[in-house]
Amino acid sequence: MTELTRLTIAEAREKLRGKEITASELTEAYVSAIEQANPTFNAYVATTPEKARDMAKASDAKLAKGEGGALEGIPLGIKDLFATEGVHTQACSHVLDGFKPRYESTVTANLWTDGAVMLGKLNMDEFAMGSSNETSHYGAVINPWRASGSNKQLVPGGSSGGSAAAVSAFLCAGATATDTGGSIRQPAAFTGTVGIKPTYGRVSRWGTVAFASSLDQAGPIARDVRDAAILLKSMASVDAKDTTSVDQPVPDYEAAIGKSVKGMKIGIPREYRVDGMPEDIEKLWQQGIAWLKDAGAEIVDISLPHTKYALPAYYIVAPAEASSNLARYDGVRYGLRVPGKDIIEMYENTRAAGFGREVKRRIMIGTYVLSAGYYDAYYLQAQKVRTLIKRDFELAFAAGVDVILTPATPSAAFGVADEDMAADPVKMYLNDIFTVTVNMAGLPGIAVPAGLDGNGLPLGLQLIGRPFDEETLFQTAHVIEQTAGRFQPEKWW
Amino acid sequence: MSVDLKTVKRVAHLARIAVSEDDAQRMTGELNAILGFVEQLNEVDVAGVEPMTSVMPMEMKKRVDAVTDGNKAADIVANAPATDENFFLVPKVVE
Repeated sequence: MTELTRLTIAEAREKLRGKEITASELTEAYVSAIEQANPTFNAYVATTPEKARDMAKASDAKLAKGEGGALEGIPLGIKDLFATEGVHTQACSHVLDGFKPRYESTVTANLWTDGAVMLGKLNMDEFAMGSSNETSHYGAVINPWRASGSNKQLVPGGSSGGSAAAVSAFLCAGATATDTGGSIRQPAAFTGTVGIKPTYGRVSRWGTVAFASSLDQAGPIARDVRDAAILLKSMASVDAKDTTSVDQPVPDYEAAIGKSVKGMKIGIPREYRVDGMPEDIEKLWQQGIAWLKDAGAEIVDISLPHTKYALPAYYIVAPAEASSNLARYDGVRYGLRVPGKDIIEMYENTRAAGFGREVKRRIMIGTYVLSAGYYDAYYLQAQKVRTLIKRDFELAFAAGVDVILTPATPSAAFGVADEDMAADPVKMYLNDIFTVTVNMAGLPGIAVPAGLDGNGLPLGLQLIGRPFDEETLFQTAHVIEQTAGRFQPEKWW
Repeated sequence: MSVDLKTVKRVAHLARIAVSEDDAQRMTGELNAILGFVEQLNEVDVAGVEPMTSVMPMEMKKRVDAVTDGNKAADIVANAPATDENFFLVPKVVE
């Protein structure tokens, strides 16, 4: 049965429709894989095997009649940030203890409408704040990848670390994830999987626990580019319940796969060559450039001069929005309550006990930069810089660039409980240096695995596209994937 | 700009997070590291630049002015730590 979990979504879809396998068999294979391996990886924080079996049975009934949606019978993992009716939804925070929503997020509702099967809720950094999945109330997730000849535990990246690890370790066929500063693309790069952050407004944010509302966007993590295209088609929609959802029909992303990149203009931004970047990353980038050139694309050097200011601007905008969004966790309406002598003390005690260190740190920064007298110096300045970052991209695209190629991360996966990162929060933040610009500008970006470093760990490239041009990203990423091949960890668990 | 211990305690109170003396000490260092990092934004010439207020240029959607939802009191209080007949219970706020 284990080989069933090795099928991509496209392969499983074929076999399900051809009645070679049933959704129940496929689901059972994943349920037992999770039972066996989840204690090792800690990728799931809640599993729903009974629900999965029921959903699979319903899918089988549809498939038997030749019916069924685009994802009929495909078992998926759901990041703990998405509200799932009656099922554990805590953004991996202690402050949401016991929260079981009475409603379903738009993204997951879309997936179930298309026939997908829910395996459970995936681990993540608390409130999606982190780049290593170590800030989760439920503990760290372990990356299925290890350096060659080493037993050292590595992080899967974050914040969608559970999603990336589960996809990479064959504990789900695909997963939902979210990306505020790099939380889909960085873990995808760390685990040899494909992750896409769509254009802001492409996927509804309704029912997704909010972190930074002007940056948050959901997307899939998948085994390959085609699977990511299939998943995004189902996740994306036009939703009246999200005022930032854009009124544009969702295209058939899969149709873009297999198209040539001949004549396409690929921009290479010089500002993404940073000090201290490992040689392996530079080599990978050059390799990617050569592949696309060989495939007939035109390579052009471009400049995005405000790149270096994206991360500092992000660390004003994101905490500011977070401090406002997280004000709702007060011990009154849901989750944890810690008593106090009066209502203020009850709020303070609840939030002190309920939030972890990183979340508190960001709420504090956000509260400070929004406090009286500092708004102009910090938040307003950061929003102005954001306009300049966006303009850099607009100028590049106006000059005819179709897609921009960069490394996805400045390093491969690092160790669990890395001392340098623990000592200096800014060091951890630097993980997002190549991905955060894309959130600041609202653009789509995809991370696609492109090779291994000297230690045998996966590395990814990032492609950045025009607003709502996810199709070009899938098309180009697929060309890279065809040349680079796919990357799977050697099974040691 | 940097923060001192007193400011950290004031901000923690604004954010409604109880902090011990040790927490406040530690946070002062961490916050100053982050504030030091974001300081570089002051180098950027933003004269005449409008702050970004929306990612995509679009008019905010407004829903129809009609009752489309409601009668869900039981759902709304279902996850609350303390309730009484569809009311949230909190410590006394008015003497």
